[in-house]
Amino acid sequence: MTELQAGQGAQTLAPPRIDARPQRYRDVLIALVAFVVLALLPMMFGSKQLLDFVIRCAAYGLFATSLNLLVGYTGLISFGHGMFFGLGAYGFGLMMQKTGVPIPVAFVATLAITCVVAVVIGAICVRLKEIYFAFVTLAFQMLIHSTILSWQSLTGGDQGLRGGIPRPPFLGIDLSNHLHLYITSCALLVIGLLLMRQIAQSPFGYTLRMIRDNATRASFIGIDVWRAKLTIFVLAALFAATGGMIMALFVSGAYPEFAYWTISGEGIFINMLGGVTTFLGPMVGTVLLLILNDTVTRLTEYHGIVLGIVILFFAIGLRKGLMDFVVEWFAQRRGEGRG
Amino acid sequence: MDLDALASCLASPACLVTQTTSGLIIGMLLFLVAVGLTLIFGVLKVVNFSHGAFYMFGAYFAMTAYQLTGSFALAILAGAAGTAILGLIFERVFMSRVYGRDVLMQLLVCYAFVLIFDDVVRMIWGPEFKSMGMPAAFQVPPLFIAGGVVPPYYLLLIGVALAAAVVLGLGLARSRIGKVIRAAAQNPGMVSALGINTGLIYGGVFALGGMLAGLAGALAAPVRSLTPGMGFSVLIESFIVTVIGGMGSILGALIGALLIGLIRSFGSLGFPLFTEGLMYLFMVIVLVSRPTGLFGKEVA
Repeated sequence: MTELQAGQGAQTLAPPRIDARPQRYRDVLIALVAFVVLALLPMMFGSKQLLDFVIRCAAYGLFATSLNLLVGYTGLISFGHGMFFGLGAYGFGLMMQKTGVPIPVAFVATLAITCVVAVVIGAICVRLKEIYFAFVTLAFQMLIHSTILSWQSLTGGDQGLRGGIPRPPFLGIDLSNHLHLYITSCALLVIGLLLMRQIAQSPFGYTLRMIRDNATRASFIGIDVWRAKLTIFVLAALFAATGGMIMALFVSGAYPEFAYWTISGEGIFINMLGGVTTFLGPMVGTVLLLILNDTVTRLTEYHGIVLGIVILFFAIGLRKGLMDFVVEWFAQRRGEGRG
Repeated sequence: MDLDALASCLASPACLVTQTTSGLIIGMLLFLVAVGLTLIFGVLKVVNFSHGAFYMFGAYFAMTAYQLTGSFALAILAGAAGTAILGLIFERVFMSRVYGRDVLMQLLVCYAFVLIFDDVVRMIWGPEFKSMGMPAAFQVPPLFIAGGVVPPYYLLLIGVALAAAVVLGLGLARSRIGKVIRAAAQNPGMVSALGINTGLIYGGVFALGGMLAGLAGALAAPVRSLTPGMGFSVLIESFIVTVIGGMGSILGALIGALLIGLIRSFGSLGFPLFTEGLMYLFMVIVLVSRPTGLFGKEVA
């Protein structure tokens, strides 16, 4: 790595605030307000479409934000992150259909399975450099996808998990009730985002940024780069699986498309769209992509062409995500105010 | 698992010949795609994530040319030439803008084109499965070698791919253009300082890589069914090939492709549900023991 590159990295590596506690309270406060606003939404707008949209945002948002922990914070460009989304959906769906355990048990068990799978795949992948890492994760995604397709007796093959996922009530929460499902999804989203925010702002989060900017230097000062990368790979997988579980609950099933590589591609694009330099960038990207997807599918059947052109516009034209522009604009205004 | 089937096949020469030939044609098609991928990576330092689309276009171009002219030679030519031109345009207009930038950007530009190309094919040729049909010249009884069935077309396919491998290997090693390309892979700044147009070389290498993938698609058109998105699984497999053989190595691509081809054809007997898995397992073993691949050198 040249000095020039190291210098570029240093710019983004602002020193952590010494009094991290007020910031943490602020994050919790923002999360609470966001949750209350989301929870009050059904009272103001009764439309089922809007609630469905928010549930989908929760599923994809958790997935995309967890991918940002890898792409934006650690510099690990995973092109197979969608496998954990699919794994979460299938693991949860199968657990509910075959064993009939209560939902929280299935939830935790699915996370445990995801954890084991992510450790195995991560241990192989995180040794690799950039492009190798991207493609080998992609290869594992295709392995999981083809396993789902060929293991028909368990997964239903290309038909997906059909017949619905049983959703027995627990602790007074009945997820077959649309409103309960909505509130639960929002809660999972807010808690997930808050946890990821804590990870990103913790000393470990700053270690990850350092690995992204200069892995050699990080290992010189005694950081076990491989272990740190593996840890964040597994953590990100858990959040992606949570997103998958929300999706499985929402559609009451699981389909091979959830584990297909396009989910990973969309995740990467969401991050690009919203911007990887801010924590909430992927969330903004998720909302934008879902709106874009819904509009385009309504207007034309060739939705790949439109999406492709939008991606090109961002990747070659703008070269930045939307949140990056917002942040820059604020920084500029603040600079003018002072000057 | 069906190990008995595998063992009984290994014991009979007829089955051995049949399975080996089918492994060889899978391997040879993969080689043509993978060698383009590895060549582009060696010189341009980008992984062409949309490489599978060139394979797909090669097949569709060949099918259309065959339906229009009825000549199989022209069909192959159309597949190869069409994708070469496509590769040149794609490189000059789009890919050349993201060299030296983030891997993320390169992947995104290619991802955009995977989406666009698949939809373009769907628009022009329709979403359904198509088949080109075996050309009349090859609709002859199969050959029997040691009791195994070998369609003559397979021999042509293997021959063409081997010829491409030899021409490519010798061309890069001996010819003047080959030397310039290797020099550009080593030190593009120096090559350009010597008055050689590196932009032209980059475009040329991309066109060559696209042409090889298109050739593979055209050769595969009579024996495989054509569908939008057919390039993607080929892309993944040829990437596995380059990982096994070592990124940037032509010999590595050849050996890797043949190994994958044989694993697929014999694996489908022994482990019918786990054929794909075997391929990944093999890749993992290679990656863990030799992270740069069998013939790869550490890229600085």
